[in-house]
Amino acid sequence: MFLEALFFQLGYNATLVTFGATLLGIAAGVTGSFLFFRKRALVSDAISHATLPGVALAFIVMVAFGFDGRNLPGLLIGSAISAALGLFAVQWLTSRTRLTEDAAIGAVLSVFFGFGIVLLTVVQTMSSGRQAGLEGFLLGSTAGMLYADAILIAGGGALALILVGVFRRPMMMASFDPEFARASGINLDRTDLIMMSLVMGVTVIGLKIVGLILIVALLIIPPVAARFWSDRADRVVLIAGALGGLSAWIGASASAVAPNLPTGPIIVLTAFGIFTASMLFAPARGLLISAINHRTFQRGVHIRQGLVSLAQGQPIYEPMTIRLLRAEGLARADGVPTPDGVARASRVLRDEKRWETARADPALEMAAARYDGLTQIEDVLTKDQIDELDARIGGPREVTQ
Amino acid sequence: MLQIANEDIVRAEAQNLRESPFAIRGLTVSYDQKPAVFSVDVTIEPGKMTAIVGPNGAGKSTLLKSALGIIKPLSGQVTLYGRPVADEMDRIAYVPQRASVDWDFPVRVIDVVLMGLFRKTGLLGRLTGADRKHAMSCLERVGMTDFASRQIGQLSGGQQQRVFLARALAQNADLYLLDEPFAGVDAATEKAIIGVLKSLRSEGRTVVAVHHDLSTVPDYFDNVLLLNVRKIAEGPVATTFTDENLGAAYGGRLTMARIDPAAVAG
Amino acid sequence: MSGAEFVPLSLTPLLIGCLAAVACALPGNFLLLRRQALIGDAISHVVLPGIVVAFLLTGAISATAMMLGAATAAVVAVVLIEGIRRFGRIEPGAAMGVVFTAMFAGGVLLLELSDTSGVHLDVEHALYGNLESLVWLDATGWGSLMDPSALRGLPPEVFRISVVLFLITALLAVFWRPLAISTFDEGFAATLGVPVTTLSLGLVITSALAAVAAFDAVGSIIVIAMFICPPAAARLMTNRLGAQVAWSVAFALASAIVGFVLAGYGPLWIGGTDAVSAAGMIATVSGFILTATALMGPKRRSVV
Repeated sequence: MFLEALFFQLGYNATLVTFGATLLGIAAGVTGSFLFFRKRALVSDAISHATLPGVALAFIVMVAFGFDGRNLPGLLIGSAISAALGLFAVQWLTSRTRLTEDAAIGAVLSVFFGFGIVLLTVVQTMSSGRQAGLEGFLLGSTAGMLYADAILIAGGGALALILVGVFRRPMMMASFDPEFARASGINLDRTDLIMMSLVMGVTVIGLKIVGLILIVALLIIPPVAARFWSDRADRVVLIAGALGGLSAWIGASASAVAPNLPTGPIIVLTAFGIFTASMLFAPARGLLISAINHRTFQRGVHIRQGLVSLAQGQPIYEPMTIRLLRAEGLARADGVPTPDGVARASRVLRDEKRWETARADPALEMAAARYDGLTQIEDVLTKDQIDELDARIGGPREVTQ
Repeated sequence: MLQIANEDIVRAEAQNLRESPFAIRGLTVSYDQKPAVFSVDVTIEPGKMTAIVGPNGAGKSTLLKSALGIIKPLSGQVTLYGRPVADEMDRIAYVPQRASVDWDFPVRVIDVVLMGLFRKTGLLGRLTGADRKHAMSCLERVGMTDFASRQIGQLSGGQQQRVFLARALAQNADLYLLDEPFAGVDAATEKAIIGVLKSLRSEGRTVVAVHHDLSTVPDYFDNVLLLNVRKIAEGPVATTFTDENLGAAYGGRLTMARIDPAAVAG
Repeated sequence: MSGAEFVPLSLTPLLIGCLAAVACALPGNFLLLRRQALIGDAISHVVLPGIVVAFLLTGAISATAMMLGAATAAVVAVVLIEGIRRFGRIEPGAAMGVVFTAMFAGGVLLLELSDTSGVHLDVEHALYGNLESLVWLDATGWGSLMDPSALRGLPPEVFRISVVLFLITALLAVFWRPLAISTFDEGFAATLGVPVTTLSLGLVITSALAAVAAFDAVGSIIVIAMFICPPAAARLMTNRLGAQVAWSVAFALASAIVGFVLAGYGPLWIGGTDAVSAAGMIATVSGFILTATALMGPKRRSVV
């Protein structure tokens, strides 16, 4: 059943919804990456919560004019208008008062949501409101979706993806280096506006599937997960799009099989699973590889410091240094350096001396900048350059015991 | 301790540690496997004023912060008169960089100075009238009594720095560690601050400051520590603050004759 | 209106609304000043999974289990956020966004999957509470406040939120100075021997207690308004920490009282027949207060 859903074999509507969700997931991952680079991920939280009063008001207005209040395009237009108001409120509070953006985000998202709940209780008291099903917009629901709605979502997802593709270059520049982008003739305010409009677009299209409370997860989790896979911004954007699409595809398929469960949480938990795997095991910046690198580095530092102290006949206080020297066979249990230790110590001392000379030489400035305490000078300079340094130092010296 | 060490060196080292109000041994700190401070040994002389000098990104602030335990170092030991620094924090007053706090915070100048008395009152203690008087006298030493009731955000950069110094004075410490106390302050403040620091020295206290203006090092300080990730040199200004050492610290680009403050700041 | 109608139907929800608003506003002041307003956002979202897991483990809704569950969830969330931020080197806003959406999604799903038909716990209430339902049916009028048997029929939420508010006030009074110092300058506070990590975690747990005590009344999203709006509005009124906290309490009370009255009677005044969500209206009023201070508050602009 799940496999059938995964490969779009579960009825026309379910297929359209899953397809639309996947496109939306890709668009959200890519858009969210720019938001993430701009360190404004949670602005999307304010935008998405701010859609609620718009949805409820749109319903009330449509009913008042004698239309069907459940008309999805109408509800989405309403949600877009109030999301824009919410975004404006965040920016107004941040620029006009001493409040910081995080406080403005929290205030706007909760107040708009609270007002939306007030309107929702109004809708529930309307004669046509009892079956309005607007609660489905809170956590997402694909059950009983109309064909026209599914088309709207698939089309909206595709449109969002196309727009992201069109505007990706200025958004990338604006999020990577705003000053440089401005100097290269990119209108930052307009780029920000485009970025926020795309966030709004993704939110509005995603309302029905993921729900307004959790749609931010599609904008935030895939970019953060992608960050662990690469240090290059352009790749992070692509990977985020792929991970977002994958989360939405798997999540929407799973929820097609379980129509009574809200769709949003399933998609979000799928994305979170992908995030967790990425954070732990991604080869570029995953925790596992980072921990291994950190330990290796720390061992290297301790051994090097220990060897320098041995070479200069100075006492070593750090228990960890002593332990590592013994483990490496550079010192005996009674603390006397082994022949191997003496040889290594003299080599380290010579390396230190060479670095010192190199760093004082303006001609070697580029190479000297690579001094990090562990890199051997042989890896940085040519043999001729080292010979010249040695000539200045005056031959390798013996280790004093 | 490994046995191989030379007996005399060991004895001299123990003596050094006992006498120094601030001694660092083998301190290495790294961000992302890029050492910010590498294997640095420092022995600060008691009752003297020492400048920590080095180029941008040389690890000067990192050295102070990690020595105080605010940043976790990769290795290294820090002592105060031979005892682990963590046990002797009440004898240290630390003046952080001005940029490190939120100056929009809703407190008055006098409240900030009273923060320096936290050790005395303890976690749950209350402030007394005598505490307030003491705080006012500290403000007086930096010439800021008229501003006691102002919100800190309303002060100029130099005035903010003086408030920070007053807060440190309230701590009544033996060792004063200052991170860029003269950064972005006006000439009057610079004079006031250096006056206070010199009076601390005359009371027998020890002052260590991260400093970015090479031209004033000989006027203000007794000793200098040149740092560029690793220690370049330390000792009296007269013998240590030489063109050769500066060249080593600043990558050979800089001599005393052409000091570009912008290149040196930070 | 007569006491016979007001006391049983409105007194307790109004009281709970006021206590909840103040209990959230107090720690909210420090969250705001620490630039952690969104930690309040995160905490209020993860209260739900905390309560659901506590319910699944104990099989009943008891106040203690709920409090423990919510506090544990808040600590787990903060540890995860801190871990992602520090070890994953991800900026805090994004780290928060990852953690609280995922935990909230988990809570919703668990709630939908488990059989909670016998208890007062469903997704809608979890989202926006049900303040109006916390009535005191044993009361017959103002005299019931003196009647021990009627007092025994008070909704248990009254005691719960009272105890939490008392605890929060006491903690704040006792730890005021170290909290203020570490909020202003954490690095310096650490050199003074202030236990900065413990305090910061303590603030999070305190906020979680406030959030869970307010949860029944206003749900997990509107509670964010109570954390943030009164302190934010108060910050625009004064430059003194003590005064800010006092203003925030006043604004919290005003939001709760005006919001409750407007929700209950506002629709009647304009010719409607049914009340609207009181919790939603409290959040709306707090938003109006914030707007007013943003327009007219004497200290609305930053000086730095």
